[in-house]
Amino acid sequence: MVQERVLNELKNLNIKHLLLQVGDSDLIDFPLNGSILNDVYIEYYKFKDSLDSDIDKADLIVSHAGAGSILQCLEAKKRLLVVVNETLMNNHQLEIAEEMEKQGYLFYCTCSTLQTTLKKFQQHQFRAYERGNPTLFGRYVNQIMLDN
Amino acid sequence: MGLGGHTNEMFRLLSGIDRNIYKPRTYAIASTDAMSSKKLLQFEQECTNDINVSIIERSRHVGQNYFTSIFTTIWAFFTVIPLVYRIRPKVILINGPGTCIPIIIASLLLALLFIIKRPKIVFVESICRVQTLSLTGKILCYLPVNILVQWPQLTEKYPKTQYIGRLV
Repeated sequence: MVQERVLNELKNLNIKHLLLQVGDSDLIDFPLNGSILNDVYIEYYKFKDSLDSDIDKADLIVSHAGAGSILQCLEAKKRLLVVVNETLMNNHQLEIAEEMEKQGYLFYCTCSTLQTTLKKFQQHQFRAYERGNPTLFGRYVNQIMLDN
Repeated sequence: MGLGGHTNEMFRLLSGIDRNIYKPRTYAIASTDAMSSKKLLQFEQECTNDINVSIIERSRHVGQNYFTSIFTTIWAFFTVIPLVYRIRPKVILINGPGTCIPIIIASLLLALLFIIKRPKIVFVESICRVQTLSLTGKILCYLPVNILVQWPQLTEKYPKTQYIGRLV
């Protein structure tokens, strides 16, 4: 994310603030917290209990392929880029990212295609995501309880 | 209940259930899973009188190999028989972590022996499953269980499954 070519792409998308959750990542070669590189202000933290408020403030979110994160970002109506782990290629854990892209809700990429995929966000309009409807489930359960 | 995604999906599903009708509710949580208990208390904070929590053995740990999971599943199965006998559930809702198969087998077996009335069982496949069912889903296809999937293409491959819309 903090490579020069990626930051340039962010700049092209008019993104000026990059906030990262870095977890336990190795931060060797990482810019200092609060530094400005290629006109992008870089800030990061290890973990937070809730990402809700950060998601709320974001224009574009780069996430892993976990279903929880994907749903949370789409429900917040955010532009989303899902970066999948190449070693999981053809793994079922990627199915949701693939399908969501097919449906027009997001883009997904691998680390090596991150920069080129960011280009696709220029003037791209995603399809609006409707959140799932648990009341359909409630009704279904009511129905089968009536059946014998 | 189960780790991470399964627990979240289950609470989303349960938000669509009329909790004034379906009570008391018993939650089965794996012995290794503190996270789910925490989320459960949050979800049910206004109706703690209607809920019970049972801590049960996991039949398969994440990453455990399939051969040894046969034995842990059998062990888990014996530990849940008294639980099912005591609760006599009318409906069981499951969404796929390693804890759920033993509960289903125990329930169906007790029903087969006329010890309890056979409960209605609903399994909801995770939204992560777009092209294939999980192992739990595949096993449950052979049992008298209602299986809901969240992507319509799965119903073509697995005729026993039903799609009624995206639920979570």
